[in-house]
Amino acid sequence: MVSNGSNRGEKVPSLKLAVIQYGILFMMLALAGGLWRLQVLGAQNYRALAEQNRIRKEPIMAPRGKIFDREKRLIVDNYPSVSCFLVREQSHSVDADLPLIARGLNLDLDQLRATLHRFRTSPGYQPIPIKEDISADEQAFIAAHRNELPELETIDEERRLYPRDGFAAHLIGYVGEVSEDDLNNPRFAYYEPGDVVGKAGVEETYDALLRGTDGSRDVIVDSHGREVGYLRTQHAIPGQDLKLTIDLDIQRAAEQALGDRDGAVVVMNPKSGEILAMVSHPAYDPNEFAVKINRTDWSKLLADPDHPLMNRAIQAQLAPGSTFKILMSVAGLEEGVAQDMHVFCAGGATFYGHFYKCDRHHGMVDIEHAIPWSCDTFYYTLANKLGIDTIARYAHSVGLGEKTGIDLPNEASGIVPSTEWKLKNFHEKWFAGETISVGIGQGAVTVTPIQLARYISGIASDGHFVRPHVVDPSQLPAGFRESLLDQFPGSGDATIPLNPETWEIITNGMAGATDPTMGGTAAASHLDGVDFAGKTGTAQVASHEALEHMGHGVDTRPNGWFVGVIPRRDPEFVVCVLWEHGDWGSNAARLAAQVATVYVNKQRLLEKNVLQQAGAPKPGAGPVEMGAVWSESGAGGRSRSGVVEDDAELHGGHFFIDPEPAGAGSSGSEQSDSEGASEKTLVGSVPAAAADSLAGAVRALPSWPGAALPFKPEPVWWKATTKEPLP
Amino acid sequence: MRRFLSFRDFDWGLLGLVLILSTVSVLEIHSTTAHTRFASFESKQIMFIAAGMAGMFILAKIDYHRLLDWSPWAYVVFIVALIAVKLVGHKALGAKRWIALGPIQFQPSEWVKLVLVLVVARYFANLGGRNLTWREIFKAFALVGIPMVLVLVQPDLGTTLTYAPILVAGLFLGGISLRQAAILIVCGVALLAGVWSSGKVFKSYQKARLTSFINPDNDPRGSGYQIRQSLIAVGDGGIWGRGQSKGSQTQGYFLPIPYTDFIFAAFSEEHGFVGALSVLLLYFFILMRLIQNAQTAADLPGSLIIMGIVAVLTFQIAVNVGMVIGFMPVTGIPLPLMSYGGSSVLFTFLALGVAMNVRMRRFVN
Repeated sequence: MVSNGSNRGEKVPSLKLAVIQYGILFMMLALAGGLWRLQVLGAQNYRALAEQNRIRKEPIMAPRGKIFDREKRLIVDNYPSVSCFLVREQSHSVDADLPLIARGLNLDLDQLRATLHRFRTSPGYQPIPIKEDISADEQAFIAAHRNELPELETIDEERRLYPRDGFAAHLIGYVGEVSEDDLNNPRFAYYEPGDVVGKAGVEETYDALLRGTDGSRDVIVDSHGREVGYLRTQHAIPGQDLKLTIDLDIQRAAEQALGDRDGAVVVMNPKSGEILAMVSHPAYDPNEFAVKINRTDWSKLLADPDHPLMNRAIQAQLAPGSTFKILMSVAGLEEGVAQDMHVFCAGGATFYGHFYKCDRHHGMVDIEHAIPWSCDTFYYTLANKLGIDTIARYAHSVGLGEKTGIDLPNEASGIVPSTEWKLKNFHEKWFAGETISVGIGQGAVTVTPIQLARYISGIASDGHFVRPHVVDPSQLPAGFRESLLDQFPGSGDATIPLNPETWEIITNGMAGATDPTMGGTAAASHLDGVDFAGKTGTAQVASHEALEHMGHGVDTRPNGWFVGVIPRRDPEFVVCVLWEHGDWGSNAARLAAQVATVYVNKQRLLEKNVLQQAGAPKPGAGPVEMGAVWSESGAGGRSRSGVVEDDAELHGGHFFIDPEPAGAGSSGSEQSDSEGASEKTLVGSVPAAAADSLAGAVRALPSWPGAALPFKPEPVWWKATTKEPLP
Repeated sequence: MRRFLSFRDFDWGLLGLVLILSTVSVLEIHSTTAHTRFASFESKQIMFIAAGMAGMFILAKIDYHRLLDWSPWAYVVFIVALIAVKLVGHKALGAKRWIALGPIQFQPSEWVKLVLVLVVARYFANLGGRNLTWREIFKAFALVGIPMVLVLVQPDLGTTLTYAPILVAGLFLGGISLRQAAILIVCGVALLAGVWSSGKVFKSYQKARLTSFINPDNDPRGSGYQIRQSLIAVGDGGIWGRGQSKGSQTQGYFLPIPYTDFIFAAFSEEHGFVGALSVLLLYFFILMRLIQNAQTAADLPGSLIIMGIVAVLTFQIAVNVGMVIGFMPVTGIPLPLMSYGGSSVLFTFLALGVAMNVRMRRFVN
């Protein structure tokens, strides 16, 4: 058909073929140009991209530093756990797999989607943490779906294990995933989404030390994310272990003493500022935060009217009530006003046309009795004489209404009102009538438990105030220590010289508060044989007028406070108890006494232990230096009537005992002579003869008023240290 | 009057070029599949090439004028086959392209290419190369358009597009005037714009595929991913390449289907700019050789047949290599003589057989 002659001679025009040839040449040149652009000009760039494709950084989590108590007992540990990550750099879409993943890992689908959304801007090779601490079942699910869900990865890491039942929860804090808000904060510049950071307490303050440095491993993968080899491993550097100043025994005692009451307990060494215990109730279980807490539980915690997340020990800003009277006494004595003040208490007094109540008729009251009796009328009068600005000046100088500078986040400062303060905040002038209630720690005054502990111990220590802290700074790098001081400004370490008379009157007054013979407000908290001095506080939570308007259901019972020291002067132990709605300060004092008892007993046990070791000395072992604290009431001749002579009540000192029964006494004597001090060398067998011998052998150090002892002292608890290690 | 035909007149030079490319293809298929479940693909490819060469020699023996005579019947048979595929075809990868004839799986759309080359050559040869009327032009459109629509609904966009250059080459060489061409281009652009925006003919994944090459990040999980990985692979090759079986993109399976559609990317990664340019040169020589054969052909139908084949091959090379280097969208068009696949290899060799056929008979008359 076709092959007839009609088109035999016809040909395709050469011109058209030439056009096609040039067209093909042009196309080839264009393709070659494209190859040149990619392979010659862009080679380096694409090589890098190919490497990025091939190599994935897998994080190796650094184990967080452990947290110990002062005696190296473990408080916070880590445990191995498996976390599930999602890797997006896959050829297939992850979105379709989400329902299956959510089901297999027991996750909320919406929350999972939100997590992915949060990571939308981070680079594709970065794994997204989707569930932490997965169970064995969930691990099995991932293993079983390795082919369908190649995007799921598991990573072994160490996870925080906190004490149960909220033990020391506020002090320790907790860790959590760094939040989006945090990431925008310059402080968190070095953090990446998904990083775990300390969110409260010690975990937050010392995060930089505890967290260590995560390592990484460069893994060669194929496009299915399957690992086909390793290139380089950068090992994780574990976080630094931290030794707290906390004493677990004291902490436990404080936790138990407070029980299920709302409030706080702070125990501190007034000489060093080391916090021995810090309790805030109600507490929460930080273990629930270590794994991601679900939203409902979290909002429940936030919305709880009891504020379980609040560390009351440093954040509760409440009226100090009568504990403020110590400050009033200091101000009154230092100003020379209180010494000769005699006030007649008839159940209250009238100032500026308004009657201010006292809780009983104290009759004639002077400063010596005003403290133990906590007579309001006396302090109304004193406050009226001093005026608000003098009170405020003294209060600020001892750190009330100021942060203490404790190394814990979000400390509150409280308020000490003054004319300036009122003008600034209310644009009103101060009314003299308002000063009256400030005199008993009511009105606008608010303080935190940690402030009270610091202020009472500073006054009992003759004006040596310390900065409270929960971590011994000696284990911190120098730079970090510096930055802590900047990060937590506060009243810190300070010395405010006190008149000796002031010191004596106030410390004796505080001792009277726990003395039944004085009729002190905390007489029920008297500890036999322990010089436990302190001050109660019963703080109204609302004015009487407001109370009448308040409906039912609102707890209007007053807060109970107690701040106590052992011994009364130059104390080694201070405890501050806040019992919210505890009705009376004396109730809080009973809780404080429980903690004090445990402390004293522990010291006794430690001493016995040392003495047992010292009981079998090697020849030539030197005398042992002893410190002792005791009280008159522990002695045989305890009198229950009348006012005890202050000077007669001596409570402590240092002395040497020689563990060798005989012969070594001379060396001890020489030593004490050469030092020119009044240590006494003890000769006799220890410990059998210790108690008897000590009784007659102790002489107080010169720093103590009244060098001669008019009574027979009996050591009730004591502490011995050797200058050289014991054999 | 018929001259003695011998294979001395066979285009051995062209066959040599083709066999070099086929060897390169087998080696690259080996490299890309060696450690996968497709590990034996290079030997399968050798079988396809062998079968293709056998077919090529057989087809070269049959006078192309006879092939042209048969072509209308073949056209009808394959139109029916395409309809059958749509009705009873075997579904693979979401599209019905295959039909089972006994044990052999059969993809009619590849064969239609060859039939169309013959049918179009025959059609325009009969018109004698004079100026075309609009009626004749529309007839040509119908001739190519019917199988295009049938393949498009399979759906197989890539193969559909490969039919178009046959028509274009036929019209260009068959005597379309500049004015007619201009009008057709304007109408075509308008129609394409209309079809595109109507959203009925193209499925959305096809649209995404067609546009993602402009900005791969628009569709980073789908075809954008393929383009991106392909660009990385090509660029990763640099001037000298990573070496045979050493491309990380290829060996790490980042490059999608590296033994078929993206084989040029795999080859470019492992053999670099030098290797890729060499392959392009081989293609250029093959095409030039074919055009030379078209020029020396004995008659107009012979020239038109070869130019139809040139058009198909040129189009496939341009689109496939263009896709690999990011100039063209992802259309699923294999690279002739390089990509793995029986239908593609057979078509190429049979088409070359027909071209040889024309060359061997260039001194007839």
